[in-house]
Amino acid sequence: MLKYTKDHEWLRLDGDGVATVGITSYAQEHLGDLVFVELPSTGTKLSKGAIAATVESVKAASEVYAPVGGEVLSVNDKLTTEPGLVNAEPTGDGWLFKMKIADGAELDTLLDEQTYKSLTTAHDGH
Amino acid sequence: MIGHKIPTVYERSVFGRCGVALPARDVPEAPLSAVELRTDCGLPELSQLDVARHYLLLSQRNFGVDSGFYPLGSCTMKFNPKINEQIARLPGFAESHPLQDPETVQGNLALMFELQQWLAEIGGFASVSLQPSAGAQGEFTGLLMMRAYYRECGDLKRTRILIPDSAHGTNPASTTMAGFTAVELPSDARGNVDLEAVRVACDDTVAGIMITNPNTLGLFEEHIGEVVRLVHACGGLVYGDGANMNALAGIARPGDLGFDVMHYNLHKTFSTPHGGGGPGSGPVGVSARLKEFLPGPVVEYMRDTDGARYVLAMPAKSIGQVSTFYGNFGMLVRAYAYIRQHGADGLRENSEHAVLNANYLRVKLRDTFAVPFDRTNMHEFVCRGAIDGTGVRALDVSKRLLDYGFHPPTNYFPLIVSEALMIEPTETEAKPTLDAFIEAMQAIAKEAANDPALVKGAPHEMPVKRLDEVKAARELIFCDRVKAAND
Repeated sequence: MLKYTKDHEWLRLDGDGVATVGITSYAQEHLGDLVFVELPSTGTKLSKGAIAATVESVKAASEVYAPVGGEVLSVNDKLTTEPGLVNAEPTGDGWLFKMKIADGAELDTLLDEQTYKSLTTAHDGH
Repeated sequence: MIGHKIPTVYERSVFGRCGVALPARDVPEAPLSAVELRTDCGLPELSQLDVARHYLLLSQRNFGVDSGFYPLGSCTMKFNPKINEQIARLPGFAESHPLQDPETVQGNLALMFELQQWLAEIGGFASVSLQPSAGAQGEFTGLLMMRAYYRECGDLKRTRILIPDSAHGTNPASTTMAGFTAVELPSDARGNVDLEAVRVACDDTVAGIMITNPNTLGLFEEHIGEVVRLVHACGGLVYGDGANMNALAGIARPGDLGFDVMHYNLHKTFSTPHGGGGPGSGPVGVSARLKEFLPGPVVEYMRDTDGARYVLAMPAKSIGQVSTFYGNFGMLVRAYAYIRQHGADGLRENSEHAVLNANYLRVKLRDTFAVPFDRTNMHEFVCRGAIDGTGVRALDVSKRLLDYGFHPPTNYFPLIVSEALMIEPTETEAKPTLDAFIEAMQAIAKEAANDPALVKGAPHEMPVKRLDEVKAARELIFCDRVKAAND
């Protein structure tokens, strides 16, 4: 099950305190076709809310924030040559990085799917 | 030639063709060494007529303010009076050399001195340097001055710069380049920077705020006085992004509002030509406490036993030079001529017309293109370009506008409005032009409802069809392969 942030990142628990992070379908749709993804280096220690990655479309460059604090274990190298994977499968092959969660309690600050969905519907009403 | 691909100058090349007929040699032939004589340059071989036609044809595919309406928000694409071009080409201006003895270019220095004073007067600042060559360089310069100021004060913990989410993208970039950390502030429901967020963010690590007023939504910051007070109260400085000065010039002075630094975009507000990357000019104005940190040289007027004259001087604690020589002097001449022609009353009138034109467009268009922050705007406004239920997005509307003969507005900026179209008509457009633009926008909205494919496939009348921006960005090709002409 995915957890979300209000900044449109998703996080999936893989077990052993490891999580996979990406951007939501809503985010990729609003950005449009991605042309460049900048990923963190393995071993980078991120605090919750720190800038973890940058995704760039022809419209805009946006920062991706760490949903929780932790250390970057691996990144999705495929995105360097195929940034479009994020558009095609944002919660699948388009994942950005995996991290070792520093403090499990921070997971409680994330949103569940329903809360996130209602947030994006409110946004679109703008 | 519409629809025809124009070959490159290399593709037009014909082996052996020559552009000039040289007279018969009257000196003995002398061979060039192999080092001097290269055959691998692949320079095109064309006649003069080939070259003239090639470049004239390319020039006819330009779109500029002189060809049509250009409502590119935040860029202030106003008409640039042609007399300014003539004045800038006067030999005394155009043929002087930056290394000349200042005694021999007193007229040029007088012009720079007066322009420094006029810009200071217009912005309400103590002093101005004409050095920076562009708006973003003005931002960078202002931030370096702020950094130098805090070093001078021994206050080294001020590392954060507050930036509203409606700011120009250059603000966080300049902040990072100057060694500060950018902190984003949200906007409130009326499109102002959120006052409570400013209050919470202000502490003794804040070096300052970078604020654009009117902001990029084209809205006057309703709490600007309180924002300035809060930032000053925590010991920070206020940087004003002067890109939107075309709404204020002659009416309100940022210095009077408490701003400590601001850059002016001469290529926007003061009608010097721009587009295609330059040449810009971004002088900076400062309050009294930052005066000695200005980049130099600046022009000063002095009177001593040798008589009265203009001299070039470095302010006492100057951050140094930020461009070669004295900034883009040719632009300074044009801005000087512009201010001189209009005078204080004329500048005010220009700002008033810029604001009136933008409000006219907003009110006429808002029923078709929703305006998320719908209140009296300044010199520009932001509407949503997407047409609900049709799949037509802001980019499609912009591409279709090309077919109607208009340059599109700024797309997808500011980021806080989804599908944003940012429209800035400027004061130089007459009502019939604005009306024609309104009609085109309404016609496109109708087309979107009746035949969305027509709009999504636009442009149809341009020399090239819709460009594949994604492919262009993903597969970068920066140069064409040059084939040696004699291959």
